[in-house]
Amino acid sequence: MTLLGTLALWLALLVGVWGALAGFVGGLNGRADLAHSARHAVFAMCGALLVAVVSLEWALFQHDFNVEYVAAYTSRNLPIFYTWSALYAGQKGSLLFWATVLSVFGSLALVLTPRHHRELLPYVAGVVSLVAAFFVSVMLFGHANPFQRLPYTPLDGNGLNPQLQNPGMVFHPPMLYLGYISITIPFAFAIAALLSRRLDTDWLVAIRKWTLLSWLFLSIGICLGMWWAYVELGWGGYWAWDPVENASLLPWLTMTAFLHSVMIQEKRGMLKKWNLALIIGSWLLSIFGTFITRSGVISSVHSFTQSSVGYFFLAFLIVAGTASFALYTSRLPLLAAEARLESMVSREASFLFNNLLFIGIAFSVLWGTLFPILSELVQGTKVTVGPPFFNQVNIPLGLALLALTGIGPLIAWRRASIPNLQRQFAVPGTVGVFTALILLVAGMRDFYALMAMALGGFVAGTVVQEFARGARARHRQYGEGYALALGRLLARNRRRYGGYIVHTGIVILFVAFAGMAFKTETEASLRPGESASIKSPYGWTYRLTHLGISQYDALNRQVTAATLEVTRDGKRLGVLTPEKRQHVDGLGRPTFQPSSEVGIRSDLREDLYVVLGGVVNGTEQAVFRFTINPLVWWVWYGGMIIALGGLIVMWPGGSPAAKRSQAGYAVRLVGEDR
Amino acid sequence: MTVTRRHDGELHLNRRAFLTLGAGSFLGVVASWRHATLQSPDSLPGTGPSGRLWDPARAGRPLEPVTIADNDAGIRAIEKQLHCTCGCNLDVYTCRTTDFTCTVSPAMHEQVVDLAAQGMTGPQIIDQFVREHGVAILMAPPKRGFNLAGYFVPSLAIIAAGVVLTLVLRRWARTAAPDPVPARPLAAAGTPEELERLRGELDRLSV
Repeated sequence: MTLLGTLALWLALLVGVWGALAGFVGGLNGRADLAHSARHAVFAMCGALLVAVVSLEWALFQHDFNVEYVAAYTSRNLPIFYTWSALYAGQKGSLLFWATVLSVFGSLALVLTPRHHRELLPYVAGVVSLVAAFFVSVMLFGHANPFQRLPYTPLDGNGLNPQLQNPGMVFHPPMLYLGYISITIPFAFAIAALLSRRLDTDWLVAIRKWTLLSWLFLSIGICLGMWWAYVELGWGGYWAWDPVENASLLPWLTMTAFLHSVMIQEKRGMLKKWNLALIIGSWLLSIFGTFITRSGVISSVHSFTQSSVGYFFLAFLIVAGTASFALYTSRLPLLAAEARLESMVSREASFLFNNLLFIGIAFSVLWGTLFPILSELVQGTKVTVGPPFFNQVNIPLGLALLALTGIGPLIAWRRASIPNLQRQFAVPGTVGVFTALILLVAGMRDFYALMAMALGGFVAGTVVQEFARGARARHRQYGEGYALALGRLLARNRRRYGGYIVHTGIVILFVAFAGMAFKTETEASLRPGESASIKSPYGWTYRLTHLGISQYDALNRQVTAATLEVTRDGKRLGVLTPEKRQHVDGLGRPTFQPSSEVGIRSDLREDLYVVLGGVVNGTEQAVFRFTINPLVWWVWYGGMIIALGGLIVMWPGGSPAAKRSQAGYAVRLVGEDR
Repeated sequence: MTVTRRHDGELHLNRRAFLTLGAGSFLGVVASWRHATLQSPDSLPGTGPSGRLWDPARAGRPLEPVTIADNDAGIRAIEKQLHCTCGCNLDVYTCRTTDFTCTVSPAMHEQVVDLAAQGMTGPQIIDQFVREHGVAILMAPPKRGFNLAGYFVPSLAIIAAGVVLTLVLRRWARTAAPDPVPARPLAAAGTPEELERLRGELDRLSV
């Protein structure tokens, strides 16, 4: 099977190169035969890469430890779930996964794109083939072939890194990869529009679902990554501004900016240059993220897959960036706006400032991530840029963005009048001010947390007002009950009201982030029977009594588990069992350093988070770290609500107003958002 | 009686030996149970010294009991400003309390505690670490020299871009052609009910 896999990779490379050539030449010369061939090349490459994936999975499930990748990332006693996910656990497998998913997305884009965009499709096939061929060439020429064999066959494999043996890691990397990879499709359409000079707004309609899909996958992937970091890594947080985390945030920020600014192009024919730049920039940032993750040029706790292939990505990034920029600048004269902004106080203007902040935050994150390298180049000294730096720079920007999340929907398109603004802002503004006052009276003094919650109240007021007005209008107009009116309001204008649901998720996230300002933590070493106390920000006292330690063998690990009885203000809540795990291979040999498995007791207000550090002198006296993290569950709820909102926006069908626009006659109503 | 062991050939026992062995085993089990009963209070909460683990190596690196200094808020605040040099990208406090396998952060913690015991203040301790390891030991670069660019370039760039954007938008707004269908009267005249009715009519007429 590995021979078949290697042959499939070579076939994919050859077909990919042909697909790229045929796509670009066919598109530029208007040759239908070559365009047709490029389309088939993408399908063929997809088939070849799927064969390679099946071959690698076969080797993984057969425990063919003569294959270096199988020996490096699996063992005989690795649960099936993780044996499957070992496909993308390492550098080589994840490259294969990336190329395969790209070819699948490319095939789907070619099949699903409506016929009237067919002039763009040869170029789309060309770009997809070229990018996928690059990934395959990295595998074949960058010492990253997942089918490479060892000169000997180990009795058992190394096993999977214990930190990757978590359900979060089974879903988080594919989601993030799907987000990164699917950006290539909007990028391919953008390049196609530039090459074909079809730079009206029409091509944006073709990529609307793809951009949303990328954004949704990235959002889910980032949230799952936060959840995995929280439950698995044991440091008691979910976001550490690590370079790899930052790399995933960068394209998310630019994609979110695009999803806002594209509305201006669709409604008013403005910002064509800006939207193209955002799509191209998002794709380049996804490749940049890959470079960061895989090169080791910036140290990161997440870089499981560092190697020299990073430099292939750097070269690709430079070449692709230069070519895209040259093409973009050559088409600038064709990207003139069809309309002008009519007022500074308009939805368009607020979206532009929203874009400024999104790009500003992206720039500051990129700047901070690269600053250690810059510092070394300029002053010969490497510096560390950690959470204190990022929090200091980004929290004020994030709060400004949160304010704009509430302001934008309240301002009318084209031009807003003073009476209109007064009517729109009265309720949300009052909610925001009252939230701040209540929190101040309750004793909250942390400025940023207070601002986050007050602005959260303001944005929530905006969202509720928008839903309430729409539902009330339907109730009066059609006599519908409020629940039905609300449902139909959402169903008939999914893009607008789905967007408001996303905003609600963002509010919840910000409030949850603010909760971490009140985190408390303590360490204790306890003998069986001894207790430690920790006070929660809500004033409760948790008491944790160490009941003892048990040691037992599980499937692929030797477990040392401490049992702690938990009470809150004297009321028993249950037991927590944080663990130390020594993973072993099928022969019982230790494979990695012992890892921690955190004990977490959650409710809607706070998490009690317990880490078993180890034991003293080989006895049951154990060292623990106890942390209270307020509002953590709201991070996961916020993520779920964002995903739900994104799904509603994406759901087929939707707004008749959007259909009107797609049918070629856009009727604009004041305050109507498609 | 013959008991056959799988790999080691045959083991011969007569009836007396078998019964003796059986009785001995029974007594052994009873004795061990009694022994366990006697010892078991030791493993009950608060009743005696803690028992030894069967295999302490499985629980990771041996640790020292937590001291008052380990939980000292001042020490923790200092350690949160210092970067652990083990390659984890975490601060010293977070690293040493995360999975407790790192040996670098506990050593750095010991040094912080020692320096504090010598009467050094937080800034002096941090300066001492900077002298020994360079500024890379800090979780954020000090605000001086080129590092100021790190802190202020993003904010300044956003402010500059905001000013430029405002000027451009104002110019656009001034030079914009008069609106053939002004939005303002419609916004003033159109109640939500009217707009919803208009939407309904448009939707009815659309494909």
